[in-house]
Amino acid sequence: MTEPLKRPRRKDPLKRTQQPLYPQSIRSRTAHGLTKAAAAGRFELQTCDDCSTVFYPPRDACPTCLSERLPFKTVDNRGTLLAETTIRTSTDPYFRERTPWRVGLTKLDAGPVILSHIHGDVLEGQRVRLDLKLDKGGAPVMIALPEKDTPNMADDPHLREMTCDPKFRRVLITDGRTPVGQAMARAFSDAGCNIVFVGIADPWKPFPGQDELRKIERVEIVPLDVTDSESVTEQAEQNGGRIDIVVNTAEHIRAGGIMQRHGVTVAREEMDVRYLGLMRLAQAFGPAMRGRGADGVNSATAFVNLLSVHALMNWPQYGAYSAAEAASLSAAQCLRAELRSGGVRVMNVFFGPLDTEWFQIVPPPKVTPAALAKAVVQALQRGLEDVFVGDIAEDVRARLAANPKALERELAG
Amino acid sequence: MATTPASDLLGMAQRVASGAIKVVDLTQTLTQEFPTIVLPPEFGQAAPFRLEEISRYDERGPAWYWNNFSVSEHAGTHFDAPIHWISGKDLPNNAVDTIDPRKFIAPANVVDCSAESAVNADFELTVPFLEAWEKKHGRIGAGEWVLLRTDWSKKSYAEYAGMREDGAHTPGPVPEAVKWLVEERDVHGFGTETIGTDHGQGHHFNPPFPAHFYMHGKGRFGLQCLTNLDQLPPKGAVIFSAPLKIKNGSGSPLRVLALVEAA
Amino acid sequence: MGALKDPQGNARLPYDNVVVCAPVTVPYVRYSTDTAHWWIGRALHQLTKTAGIAPKDIDGLVLSSFTTGADSAVGMTQHLGLSPRWLDHVPMGGVSGVVGLRRAARAVQNGDAQFVTVVAGDTNHVDSFRKTLSSFSRFAQDAVYPYGSGGANASFALITKNYMNKYGVTREDFGKICVAQRDNALSIPFAMMKKKLTLDAYMKARPISDPLHLFDCVMPCAGAEAFLVCREDVAKSLRLPAVKLLSTIERHNAFADDPIQVRGGWAVDVDDLWQMAGVKPDDVDLLQTYDDYPVIITMQFEDLGFCNKGEGKDFIRQHTFTTDGTFPHNTSGGQLSTGQAGAAGGHLGITEAMRQLTDQPIGKPVKDAKIAVVSGFGMINYDRGLSSGAAVLARAS
Repeated sequence: MTEPLKRPRRKDPLKRTQQPLYPQSIRSRTAHGLTKAAAAGRFELQTCDDCSTVFYPPRDACPTCLSERLPFKTVDNRGTLLAETTIRTSTDPYFRERTPWRVGLTKLDAGPVILSHIHGDVLEGQRVRLDLKLDKGGAPVMIALPEKDTPNMADDPHLREMTCDPKFRRVLITDGRTPVGQAMARAFSDAGCNIVFVGIADPWKPFPGQDELRKIERVEIVPLDVTDSESVTEQAEQNGGRIDIVVNTAEHIRAGGIMQRHGVTVAREEMDVRYLGLMRLAQAFGPAMRGRGADGVNSATAFVNLLSVHALMNWPQYGAYSAAEAASLSAAQCLRAELRSGGVRVMNVFFGPLDTEWFQIVPPPKVTPAALAKAVVQALQRGLEDVFVGDIAEDVRARLAANPKALERELAG
Repeated sequence: MATTPASDLLGMAQRVASGAIKVVDLTQTLTQEFPTIVLPPEFGQAAPFRLEEISRYDERGPAWYWNNFSVSEHAGTHFDAPIHWISGKDLPNNAVDTIDPRKFIAPANVVDCSAESAVNADFELTVPFLEAWEKKHGRIGAGEWVLLRTDWSKKSYAEYAGMREDGAHTPGPVPEAVKWLVEERDVHGFGTETIGTDHGQGHHFNPPFPAHFYMHGKGRFGLQCLTNLDQLPPKGAVIFSAPLKIKNGSGSPLRVLALVEAA
Repeated sequence: MGALKDPQGNARLPYDNVVVCAPVTVPYVRYSTDTAHWWIGRALHQLTKTAGIAPKDIDGLVLSSFTTGADSAVGMTQHLGLSPRWLDHVPMGGVSGVVGLRRAARAVQNGDAQFVTVVAGDTNHVDSFRKTLSSFSRFAQDAVYPYGSGGANASFALITKNYMNKYGVTREDFGKICVAQRDNALSIPFAMMKKKLTLDAYMKARPISDPLHLFDCVMPCAGAEAFLVCREDVAKSLRLPAVKLLSTIERHNAFADDPIQVRGGWAVDVDDLWQMAGVKPDDVDLLQTYDDYPVIITMQFEDLGFCNKGEGKDFIRQHTFTTDGTFPHNTSGGQLSTGQAGAAGGHLGITEAMRQLTDQPIGKPVKDAKIAVVSGFGMINYDRGLSSGAAVLARAS
């Protein structure tokens, strides 16, 4: 039984903050197939197209028939933990300060034997589910989980190293004026965040839902305008040292393409909110988060970007918007590289048209703010890196993988 | 001292220096937080004031501090040129760069309706109110500013903007009053402490936004987001209000100064 | 399984007229600020002195090392000023010694080279062990090192745990082997471990990765080993004491379908080993196993045919393993007590066996030693050691 996590006590302000470390994260190019699967929360192993052998570790030739057709495919993740050991001493600095650390060999029903981390509720000889996670350094690792969920299993210290569970953490939602921002505040409050900071720009300007927002438990309204460097800096000076998760909900959604857009004023606003806004947040909050990646139970853990799936492929009906989203995505990828050394994950959440006023004339299916918020919280609890929310987002992802050119033509209408 | 016209000017400078003429700054500090006009979100929006450091004695410039700023022509304490409104679009010399610079200096009438506005955010400036004011302080002269004192500049930003579900609630003139000022008094322009020269609900008037429509339609000017109007006498102050010389500009943030004879 | 035969039914050629001589050990040190090049250079220098040949006489070279950096065996020839006509690089860890030996033997036998020097050496900087681990292999990089083992300990802990579960061998059994090896090492001046080990101390040692404890693990160190392979008549002309090579085996990635390693590749080829040598396990006077962990020693007892699979624990309980014991084993103290000098760990057993069979042991002699078996095991790539090899050596008549 996992000991339920205790609400962290207030930190001794004179105590040195433990510096973040992460396990060795170099992988072969082929092994990044696991990275891709883990980032999206799928359990995939290489499966030979010619002889159906499922194998591990990743290879460039089938160990049964030497075929080169070895795609990563979803496979049955059930197996038996054959042997376990408790590592008491390690030359690896990350593990050295986390021993004892259990690892074991699991024989998957699908075939291969896999070395993995072990959840505290699993014992040698038991049936297990293997899960593919990203570790503190963003590298893919296996963990053996109990065959069936156990109480408080997310609180297991090994597992929590690989997730970004909001429980007892402090989140900053950068824009609470929008339905998405408000849904996010609700979801993070429900997920057990200690404090839900919600940024509000132009507080003199009233907005729908503000009374309800203030009533949400543990919500603390703070002044924050991502288009204003000074405002972002001031907020970081105020609370940056105790923000564990940033969820950038600042949005700027307007229909229209490039050519028929009259001038660039709106495009500039889009870039200001979506690209420069992210950069301002990264500059102001990033360094402190990177320094707090190992700061106990409520260490800094994730920077969440909400992105239109059309960041991946322009949707000319919302063409300028798509372009700004693409810029934001690119910046987020850079931020991911920069935050990685602190063990802080950058999670990109791609969504299709939202069920909000700015997509009023777009036909369903649409993503409700509540559904988006729920997906974000769940993805953090699972420790994902790339998340696609809603049917349109999934559709675009699949079509992009299949044939980007077809998607480009078809989105053009 | 000499008594030539030139020496009058120098005399004025000396009186400013000595404090015999008081300089009242009617300008709000340009800050990121200061409210700007809010239009429905599908329209283009006035950019609020933004400041980005270029360097501050650091690796970006070791011995100097400077910023880039960006701002709409219509943010902070700002000047409206006739070209700002469709009614003034075809007038000659209607943009900030072509307005005769003599027009940047003019006397002011300060109409105090702070008491009325304090109890009624929707206070409407009417012709009778202006006539009553003239009875007390004298006729509004041609070529003079009319500045509306509401003490709005002393409010919190939320009260200042006065945003409610049905729009802004701030004092301002009714159409007839603006028309009267332009046609009957031939004023120089109209200035307010509020975000715009028009009433908060001015879009419901006929014509909508009459202060803009009539003033700019007749080549007159606007000043908004003024402050310290309570330090001006009803009559006798001279306003210096030169906007930035923006090519074909419709207005600009500016420093507005009033010269007042010391009591 | 019998000896592998060609289509005409011929057995493998015996190593006629091939001998091994001039064993060299450059005394080990825990940490060295010198490079692998230095250690290899010392070993070759000592070998030329021992053999009475000049560096230019070395016309064949087999090199094994983990720490020469970017230098391959080819680069090392220029570094060392050698000009061999036959060169091999055997980066096979603990099986390098046996594999190098059998490669060299065939080269000599076929006349491709006259003096083949088999050399292995590694340095051990304060941080080189950790660095070697993290870049050991692609599978280690992708699927082992990120799991915190900090080396092979956790992998062998899992093998050990499974073996104990399956065959009932106990820590006390493993301890008996380790204690005996320590006794053997006490007469080796450069052994890392200089203090007598008791079973009680073994049992109470610091846990490393359950069920492995401190004395189940080797101590990485710097050192080098070398020997010379040449024709018997050549050795005689140089007046070099020499041993005969009776047979060898080599196998890689055997039993890939065993979920966890319980046997090594020896089990595939063991009949071939004995048949070619013309001797049987009972004839063996001393055994030098590859002793990176006691569980692997136990597997070698079984897989080389000294007892059946699963009977390792009984074999351990029936025998004593000191130099003067009923089954002299790892008479130099082995890596567990002498230290693991990188790739030279696979050569340690060969030089020790050569010295015992030529009556020039560094430590205590094994009485009347005539037949020795040396076994190698190497390269834990992912979850198991992949390479196995063994050689039967005999005292020259």
